[in-house]
Amino acid sequence: MTQRCGVIGVGQTKYDAKRIDVSMPGLLREAALRALEDAELTWSDIEAVVIGKAPDMFEGMMYPENYLADAIGATGKPLLRVHTAGSVGGSTANVAISMITSGIHDRVLTIAWEKQSESNAMWGLTLSPPFSVSVVAGAGGFFAPLIRTYIRRSNAPEDTGIRVALKDRQNAHKNPYAHLKIDDITFDQIANSPMLWDPIRYLESCPSSDGACAMVLTNESLAERTPRKPAWVHGTAMRSEPTQFARRDAVNPMAGRLAAQDLYKQAGIQDPRKEIDCMEIYVPFSWFEPMWMETMGFADEGEGWKLTYEGVTALDGSRPVNMSGGVLSSNPIGASGMCRYAEAANQVRGLAGEHQIDGARKALGHAYGGGSQYFSMVLFGDTRP
Amino acid sequence: MRDVAIVSFAQSNVAVEDRNEIEMLLPVAKEAIEGSGLARDEIDFTCSGSSDWLQGQPFAFVMALDAVGSWPPIKESHVEQDGAWALYEAWVKIQTGEVGSALIYSFGKTSPGDIAQVQALQLDPYCGQPLWPDLDSLSGIQARSCLEAGVVTEKQMAEVACQALRNAQSNPHAVRKGDYTVEELLAKPYRVSPLRDHDCPANSDGVTVMVVVAGDRAKQLCDRPVWIRGFDHRIDPPALGVRDLTRIPSAALAAEKAGAADDKLDFVEITAPYSHQELILRKEFGLADDVQVNPSGGSLAAHTLMSCGLNRIGDAAVRIAAGGGDRALAHAGQGPCLQQNLAVVLEGD
Repeated sequence: MTQRCGVIGVGQTKYDAKRIDVSMPGLLREAALRALEDAELTWSDIEAVVIGKAPDMFEGMMYPENYLADAIGATGKPLLRVHTAGSVGGSTANVAISMITSGIHDRVLTIAWEKQSESNAMWGLTLSPPFSVSVVAGAGGFFAPLIRTYIRRSNAPEDTGIRVALKDRQNAHKNPYAHLKIDDITFDQIANSPMLWDPIRYLESCPSSDGACAMVLTNESLAERTPRKPAWVHGTAMRSEPTQFARRDAVNPMAGRLAAQDLYKQAGIQDPRKEIDCMEIYVPFSWFEPMWMETMGFADEGEGWKLTYEGVTALDGSRPVNMSGGVLSSNPIGASGMCRYAEAANQVRGLAGEHQIDGARKALGHAYGGGSQYFSMVLFGDTRP
Repeated sequence: MRDVAIVSFAQSNVAVEDRNEIEMLLPVAKEAIEGSGLARDEIDFTCSGSSDWLQGQPFAFVMALDAVGSWPPIKESHVEQDGAWALYEAWVKIQTGEVGSALIYSFGKTSPGDIAQVQALQLDPYCGQPLWPDLDSLSGIQARSCLEAGVVTEKQMAEVACQALRNAQSNPHAVRKGDYTVEELLAKPYRVSPLRDHDCPANSDGVTVMVVVAGDRAKQLCDRPVWIRGFDHRIDPPALGVRDLTRIPSAALAAEKAGAADDKLDFVEITAPYSHQELILRKEFGLADDVQVNPSGGSLAAHTLMSCGLNRIGDAAVRIAAGGGDRALAHAGQGPCLQQNLAVVLEGD
């Protein structure tokens, strides 16, 4: 790394099923302006813009960056558009961070978004291309067998997923931006919700959301002079692996394990279980919390569910997970990864509001995508690395 | 800045491919990796560019991981842009010091559909896209603006096409080539006035793959590394009514930031899918009259969407490596009427 990088501004939109009150440019501007306001900067301070979203078909646009260029203040500037499947919100931020750590730029704006109401993501995911087999079941249909395998391997109690969903849905009430807030949500309500893709129930699934998330990044000297406390980047990691082949373990993917190891190495983390205070990880279906806790090294293989069961991952637990309510409460697909990063950044900045973890000094952001094969991660610290 | 060199490049472009994208990519990736002198697992980073709209399915790039080798898991990223921007991302990654080499690839197969029509999807989705103006027509409006402003003539456009098709005769990857006179071309009918077929891109199906390596390692790997000396990209506003269509300011800015004018250019490889765009770009780049433009034939000879920009950069690198020049500007452009532009300055060792 030539330069250290700090997140000095974070902005999120209100997430909702249909943000028909704004156009697509309006949605991105809402997040970007909040991030700029947080950083006390204006559009003209930004040198380059890096944007990301999931497939263009989710909005029915090709190269949306062309159309959005002036709305996001990118005219006359470098504008890069990243797309790495569901992990894209995280990867986009990682690419933006590299613009700073390479020393090429001093101030970069990064935005990720999805406006699912413009089209239909379920349809977009189940197209049947010529000469290929389509699973015709959306993401839940793809991930349910992986979860079933996890349950079989770990002997996790069948209600683990319900407990994750209950926790995240309760946390969402403390997040002003969260899409899905169910009043007085109960264990029974989730348990009795319809089974969509066995073992995934309706209330164990993420919603379809419109929304955008933005961050302003700067180099070391500028981050030290920023009005609000920066979140320092201690490490970033990305790994990808093929979708299907015989030796691949899609339940506990090697790409996820390698990315986590790389991240900890960069950040000088010896024991993540002791040194990382809280994390925002990509959990679109409840069971992915225990699964990723194992992949990330927070629990031994087959033991991840115990962290949920024992309340370790609760807001008042010893290692809270998805304090914001996570993807289960807001899922603007292409932005969902960046939301994790933004929420983790705000934790170490002490600016997470009602869901702030007292004294959070190291927070992890995580996103995954494709068939559990793309991983992006970041580790933020409250002090310069 | 770390010195980064293009050490290997391979391509495939044909008018109509029978194979799917993965089948197209596999042999070309193999050729480029073998040509680099590195083993696959010695290449630190992988980055690609493609568009889901060409395959007609979301996450279409995911399957390409199988063709380029991704086990054990790799450090990898993808831009939904021309591969030239994937090269930019990889170059930035190398500048961070985290990696020292990268595999860059891009692919496009447009023959199954009407690509000029599909590209209407890049317009304002609320006001422009529902009218479905195809890209040939939008480019025709740009050409007409240039004609009416007296910036170009139809004869000059035909001269551009004439030269491109002649240059293409020595390019085995060109899908349109031939020896014509300007008069012959001007006698042909319009496709979209004032554009004739030869003024429009020679759409092709293809892939491009490149390997870049930083510093001394590049010198060990090849006799004449081709160094990236400057690299930049910029974008203009989207609304066609806001832009002066006779100009492409973001191309001029990108070339300036890349340092194109700092020294003499021996030749340029530029992405000008429509003949009048080459004439605009010549002015934006301030090219001297003796600078050869598109020895490959450019997009009028072979134009694989999502891949043509990286293809121009690769063509320029191959030419320099073979002693066909010492310093060149390579350019990629995308978007309606070339809204977004990228410039790379390449120098031989």
